[in-house]
Amino acid sequence: MNARSLFVPLGIFLALVVTLAVGFRLDDPHKLPSELIDRPFPAFSLPSLADQAQTLTEASLTGEIALVNVWATWCAACVIEHPELMRIAREEGLPIYGINYNDDVDKARQWLVRYDNPYRTVIVDGEGRLAIDLGVYGAPETFVIDEKGVIQYRHVGVVSRDIFDTTLRPVIDVLRSRQAAIEPS
Amino acid sequence: MIPELGHFALILALCLSCCLAVLPMVGVQQQRASLMMLGGALSSGVFIFCALSYAALTWSFMVDDFSVSYVAANSNSALPAHFKFSAVWGAHEGSFLLWTLIMAGWTFAVACLSRSLTLVMRARVLAVMGFLTVGFLLFMLLTSNPFTRSLPVPPQEGADLNPLLQDVGLIVHPPMLYMGYVGLSVPFAFAIAALLGGRLDSAWARWSRPWTNAAWAFLTIGITLGSFWAYYELGWGGWWFWDAVENASFMPWLVATALIHSLAATEKRGVFKSWTVLLAIAAFSFSLLGAFLVRSGVLTSVHTFAVDPERGVFILGFMTLVVGGSLLLYALRAGRTHTVVAFDYLSRETLLLINNVLLVVATLAILLGTIYPLIYEALMGGAKLSVGPPYFNAVFVPLAMLLLVAMAISPGSQWRSGSVGRLLRRQWLYVPLSLVVSTAVLSGYETFSMGTAIALVLAVWVLFNLIEDLWRHIANKRDKLRAIFAQSPSWYGMWIAHLGIAVAVVGVAMTEAFSEERDVRMEAGDVVSVAGYDFRFDGVRLAEGPNYVADRGAVFVTRNGTPVVTMFPEKRRYLARGNVMTEAALHGSILRDLYVALGEPVGDSAWAVRVHVKPMVRWIWFGGLLITVGGLITLADRRYRHRLRREAVVGAELAT
Repeated sequence: MNARSLFVPLGIFLALVVTLAVGFRLDDPHKLPSELIDRPFPAFSLPSLADQAQTLTEASLTGEIALVNVWATWCAACVIEHPELMRIAREEGLPIYGINYNDDVDKARQWLVRYDNPYRTVIVDGEGRLAIDLGVYGAPETFVIDEKGVIQYRHVGVVSRDIFDTTLRPVIDVLRSRQAAIEPS
Repeated sequence: MIPELGHFALILALCLSCCLAVLPMVGVQQQRASLMMLGGALSSGVFIFCALSYAALTWSFMVDDFSVSYVAANSNSALPAHFKFSAVWGAHEGSFLLWTLIMAGWTFAVACLSRSLTLVMRARVLAVMGFLTVGFLLFMLLTSNPFTRSLPVPPQEGADLNPLLQDVGLIVHPPMLYMGYVGLSVPFAFAIAALLGGRLDSAWARWSRPWTNAAWAFLTIGITLGSFWAYYELGWGGWWFWDAVENASFMPWLVATALIHSLAATEKRGVFKSWTVLLAIAAFSFSLLGAFLVRSGVLTSVHTFAVDPERGVFILGFMTLVVGGSLLLYALRAGRTHTVVAFDYLSRETLLLINNVLLVVATLAILLGTIYPLIYEALMGGAKLSVGPPYFNAVFVPLAMLLLVAMAISPGSQWRSGSVGRLLRRQWLYVPLSLVVSTAVLSGYETFSMGTAIALVLAVWVLFNLIEDLWRHIANKRDKLRAIFAQSPSWYGMWIAHLGIAVAVVGVAMTEAFSEERDVRMEAGDVVSVAGYDFRFDGVRLAEGPNYVADRGAVFVTRNGTPVVTMFPEKRRYLARGNVMTEAALHGSILRDLYVALGEPVGDSAWAVRVHVKPMVRWIWFGGLLITVGGLITLADRRYRHRLRREAVVGAELAT
C-alpha cells in the first residue's frame, strides 16, 4: 500500500475534530454574548419586592460598582450560591441587586426571610421581560456592572467562593482601579 | 460517609490505572518480565475499586441519601426499589460511572482470559486499556463526580427519576449498550498492541475475534432494546428515528460488523491486515465519538444529557489524543505489513471486501448526515438545520440492499478461488422461488412500494441460501440429524446471525409498508375499525401508581365479532416532577401488533385516541435477538482457546 495513503484516515479524523470543535464552540452556552459587554443595563421599569408600590428603573442600579444576581425560589442552585452572596454582601463591600425572575412574590419574600437577604434591592421581574433583555438562560446568573450601570461581565451558573476569587474579583478590581484613577478621593 | 468512600475508591482506581497504563509498557521497554506481569494484578485492583465506588453510589440511591446531589436529582423516596437501582445510570454522572466500571470489567476479563497471550502482547493490551481507563476516571473526577454533596442544606425529597426512564426496558438497555461500546476497546487495544509490536499476524486476528464478537453482540442487543423501548415508551409507534444518538450507536455497530468479517479474512487467509487494524481503531473511535455527541450536548436529541461545555472539551480532547494518536501510529506502522496472498475476483475474500466497503460507506454516509448540522452551522455562521430520516433512508436503504445481495450469495463462496458457476450454482432456482414466495405474501395487500417488494425478495433469497448452506454441511453425513448439531459454533453463529438479519429485514419491510394508523376522537362506546380490527373505547378511569396518577382508558378489541383483547392505555402524571407521560397499550403477536395510545381529552367525555396496527413489527427485534445469539454462540468455539495455548510462547518476543 502507498505509504502516504495510510495518513488519509488521520486526515479525515482531524477534519472531523475541527468540525466538532467549531460546532461545539458555537453552541457554548457559557460564552458571553459580545453584544452585552460595555452596553448600558437594559431599560426597565419594574416594582420592588420589598414595596411593590415603589418602581425601580435602570437608574436605580447606578452609583456604585455592583453585582446583579438573577434568582428565583424554584431555583435549587440559588440556594447553593446563597451563602456566598451573603459573604460578598458582608465582606466585600459590594452591593448586590437581585432580579427575582418568573416567580411568586409571596414565596420570594418567605425565601428571603428563611435564608436571609443578601440583596440591597430586589427587582420583581414576574414575566421575565428584563431577563429576556439580558439574555438570561436560567437562574442563577450574575452580572458585574460599573458605577454608570454599564455591564462589564456576565457569569452563568452558581457563584462559589472559587469563582468569585478567580473570575469576578479581577473584573471588579480593574473597575475599582479605573474608578480611583478618574476620581481620586 | 459511604459516598465519600465511593469517591475515595474512584481516586484509588485512578492511581492504580495510571500504574496499569505505565508499568507494563516500561516492562516491555526494559524487557523486565516482573513489570510486565503486573498488568493482571493492577487490572483486578482497578476493577475492584470501580466496583466498590459503583456499589457506594447504588447504596446512596437505595437508602435515599438526598444529600448526594446526583441522588437528589434522579431519585425519590416513592420510587420503586428496582428503579432506584437503575436510576444510578439514569443521568450523566452515574451512567459514566457504569461506563467506567464496564471498562474496568473488560480489562479485568482480558487479564483473566488471556493468560495464553505472549507476555509482551498481554502487557501492551492491558496497558492500552489502562490508559483508556485513566482517561475515563479523570473525566469523571474532574467534570462529572457523582458523589458531590449538596451541603449544608440537603433537600428533603428527591426530584425523581425522569419518567421516561422508569421502565424495565431501560434497566437493561444502557448497560448492554455500554458493554458493546466499551467492549470495542478490547479489539482496539489488541490492534494498538499489534502495531506497537509491528506484528500483524493471524494470531493477532484470532485473539481479537472472540472479543470483537462479544462486544458486537452486546452492542446489537443494546440497540435492539433501545429500539423496542422507543417503540413502546415514546408513544409514537416508531421503532427507529435516525436520531443523532441512535446514529451514534449504529455507526460503531456497522464498523464492528465490518471488523468481524474482515477479521475472519485476516485470520483464515492473512489478507486485509492493515485494513482490519484500521477498522479495529475506527470501531472504538466511533464509540468515543458517540460518547462525545451524547454527553457534550453538541447535537440536540431526545437522549442528550445536560449541556456542559467543560465535559465536551474534555471528551473532545481525549478523543483527539486517543484516536489521533492511534491513527498516527497506524500511518507510521501499518505500511510495514506486506500481504502477498493472492485471491480470485470471485472468492470469499472479494465478497468480504465488498461487504466491508458497503458497511464503511454506509457508516460514512450516516456520519455525514449526523454532523452535517454542525458543518452547516459552522459554515453559515450559526444557522441551524437538521437532517431528517429522508436523507438517511435514501442513502442507507440501497446500501443495505446491496449488502443483502452479497450476503445471499456468500455461503456458496470459497476462500481464495471461485467461479461464476460456483457462486451462482443454484441461484437460477432460488431467485424465482424468492419471487414466488414474496408475491404470495404481498398478494394479500392492495398496494405496496417497489422497495418493500425488493427487500422482501432479498430476505427470502438470503433464507434459501442459508438453508442450502445448512444442507451442504450435512449432505454427505450418514446421520443427518446428528450432523445438524455437530457443526462448529462459529458456523452456527454466522448462520443464526445472518438469519436474524433476514428476519429483521422482513419485519422492517412489512411494518413500513403495511402499518395502519388512525387518530380519532372517541367517546365511551365509539368504535373505530383499523386493518380488520374493531376498537371500542370504553371510557377513562382514574388509576394510581406508586409515584404517579393516571387516566386509564379501556379499549375492547374484536375481530369479525370475536373478542381479541382489552387494552389499557394510560396517560400518567408523575407527582414529583409533574411530567405527563403517555403509556401506550400493546398487544403483540408474531404477525401483528395492536397499539393504542391516549392523546389529550377533547371536550367533556371524549379523548383523542391513536390506534396502530403494525404487521410483523416484532420481527425486527426478534431478528436483533437472533443476531445477538449468533454473536454469543461463536464465543463457544474451542478453536480460539486451543490454538492460543499451542502458540503461547512466553517471552519469545522479548528477543526481537
